Amino acid sequence: MATKAPPLKPELKPLLSVRDLKAYFPLDEGLVKAVDGVSFDVLPGQVLGIVGESGCGKSVAMKAVLQIIDPPGRIVHGEVWLAGRNGDGAGIDIAALKPNSNEMRKIRGAEIALIPQEPMASFSPVHTVGSQIIEAIRLHQPVDKSAARRMAVELFQAVGIPMPEQRIDSYSWQLSGGLRQRAIIAMGLSCNPRLLIADEPTTAVDVTTQAQILNLLRRLQKQRGMSIIFITHDLGVIAQMASYVVVMYLGRVMEQATVNDIFLAPKHPYTQALLRSIPNVKSTPHVKLPIISGSIPHPFNRPEGCPFHPRCEKVMPGICDRQIPGLLPVGENHFASCLLYADTVQKPDGNGQESRSQKRKP
Amino acid sequence: MAMQSQTNSVMLEIQNLQKFFPIQKGFLRRTVGNVRAVDDVSFVIREGETLGLVGESGCGKTTTARCILRAMQPTGGRILFHTAEGRVVDMAPLSRRELRPLRPQMQMIFQDPFGSLNPRMTLFDIVGEPLLVNGLTNRKQRTERVAEMLRLVGLRPEYMQRFPHAFSGGQRQRIGIARALALHPRLVVADEPVSALDVSVQAQVLNLLLELQDQLHLTYLFVAHNLSVVKHICDHVAVMYVGKLVETAKTEEIFNRPKHPYTAALMAAVPVSDPRVPIGDVELKGEVPSPANPPSGCYFHPRCPCAVDRCRVEMPCLREIAPEHFVSCHRAEEVSLAGICMD
Repeated sequence: MATKAPPLKPELKPLLSVRDLKAYFPLDEGLVKAVDGVSFDVLPGQVLGIVGESGCGKSVAMKAVLQIIDPPGRIVHGEVWLAGRNGDGAGIDIAALKPNSNEMRKIRGAEIALIPQEPMASFSPVHTVGSQIIEAIRLHQPVDKSAARRMAVELFQAVGIPMPEQRIDSYSWQLSGGLRQRAIIAMGLSCNPRLLIADEPTTAVDVTTQAQILNLLRRLQKQRGMSIIFITHDLGVIAQMASYVVVMYLGRVMEQATVNDIFLAPKHPYTQALLRSIPNVKSTPHVKLPIISGSIPHPFNRPEGCPFHPRCEKVMPGICDRQIPGLLPVGENHFASCLLYADTVQKPDGNGQESRSQKRKP
Repeated sequence: MAMQSQTNSVMLEIQNLQKFFPIQKGFLRRTVGNVRAVDDVSFVIREGETLGLVGESGCGKTTTARCILRAMQPTGGRILFHTAEGRVVDMAPLSRRELRPLRPQMQMIFQDPFGSLNPRMTLFDIVGEPLLVNGLTNRKQRTERVAEMLRLVGLRPEYMQRFPHAFSGGQRQRIGIARALALHPRLVVADEPVSALDVSVQAQVLNLLLELQDQLHLTYLFVAHNLSVVKHICDHVAVMYVGKLVETAKTEEIFNRPKHPYTAALMAAVPVSDPRVPIGDVELKGEVPSPANPPSGCYFHPRCPCAVDRCRVEMPCLREIAPEHFVSCHRAEEVSLAGICMD
């Protein structure tokens, strides 16, 4: 039942390993399982893309990694292993740390930094952007104010903000959308994190600005060699940014594979349908698009079994609505959580008795 | 659909449309300047076709759409609408009362399906309201029409007594479409109809819009920023930048042979959902200028890779460089956009 940890490239030790992470929101109306058993690895220097529609739990999963889920939400199960700084040591399970502990506060910002989705809401409007970045630097590094200011100016330069000495003293509302996004990236980089989580960093900006920000992130990643978890709902952005992709739906990982496998040889019916249904600039115009029927279920009435089965065109009645599939290997470094690929599918009425009943390849 | 464009008659002709918003300052609220949200925009929409109006946020595409529907009073220009009776009416100077008989012929689909439906009205009230306003007071007939409209957009008529909160985003957008079509309009202005929807639901609504166009012979003005969607459903595309129309042409023409550097850059900036496509290194420098304080000459010259001295002083006007292909660029013929182009 529980998602098995997929072994990824054993020769490279992952920087961050998330194992069967579950984060639930107990509300008066019911229990919202925002993240329900998510596992993935981030390798050093890798850009991992997490793609999913709204409500799929991608943002909550990242907040869980940083332990900043808004109450009443909390992590109910799972492990988040962060490798030790120099590749030695066993690393630490940050999901086991207390959210307000000193250890956790040392990790946030310094080891794992977050670029939030809405830069306007992330900066305080009554402090200059510079003072907020200087605060972050001084919180994690033993430097004095003037040195921190110099570092902040350098960061502004690195993210391509013109006239950094002047801009550092401006307020967030004086900056344009693109500059604000660059400033928030500078803040994320301020303590040289090993992992940068970018949560939809370009959804609030226009397409030409988006191209600038994506180029900037690519350049910074190459220069600094850090890992990036890139969250988005835009499959185009994922294709251009990520090297490894995790596809999420209703709090679960549906498929994970290299970017080429996801786009050129998707295995999970959800990924396949999603890729077919989006028009792209190269598709034939005016032709009816293949659709995914129905809509995303409300979080209070999640379907039994595989969360995608009510909308799936390859649904196996009596099987998909009973069993929750775990991540199964379907190729090299390619995992799909779909019962189509299960060698042994439990018969609906068999109590623990396994039979080789279903093995289909699409 | 694209092939008929020569024969189709004109439905709407926009000539030099302007909409300025005054900037007022001080105690006396003196006007110190204008935000030139829409400045000298002209285009034509033919019957049964879809014109896509694209551009980045703040470029004036929504303002243009609202002026056309006369939800706003334009500052200048003409909006020539060819009515069902065959008359040509300039809608720009008409009063509210004079507009009333024209309103049923043009309707709007809104962007946000959560904000555009009154939560305290049932589907019957929402979809039936335009009918009631336009004189269909018989409740039984109205019920029949509402049921017909709901079926048309793929909703069950039994849902008529429910409230919008019971529906998902895609279904709500269908309700909005049913309301817009209730009066059998000829022109439908769709302002970003799918951008608030989930990716897996967008295709459903796009298919519905295409189906309805075939079935009811609708004409769409499709406002969007998603170029992939625009390419999929539009026959013609008009690109706006800081209140100005920079280029308009047939969809295929503009995507394959963009003549304005901004159009080319905009298209190159769209991420393609194919990892084999190499990442475009050409990026536009700088930011979109404010329409309250636009640059001199061509508004695009500070960011343009092909700008020359003339672009800094002289504002280019829209001219036809190929059949049905209009560009406002001084250097449209000489500059090769191969480096910025898509393929």
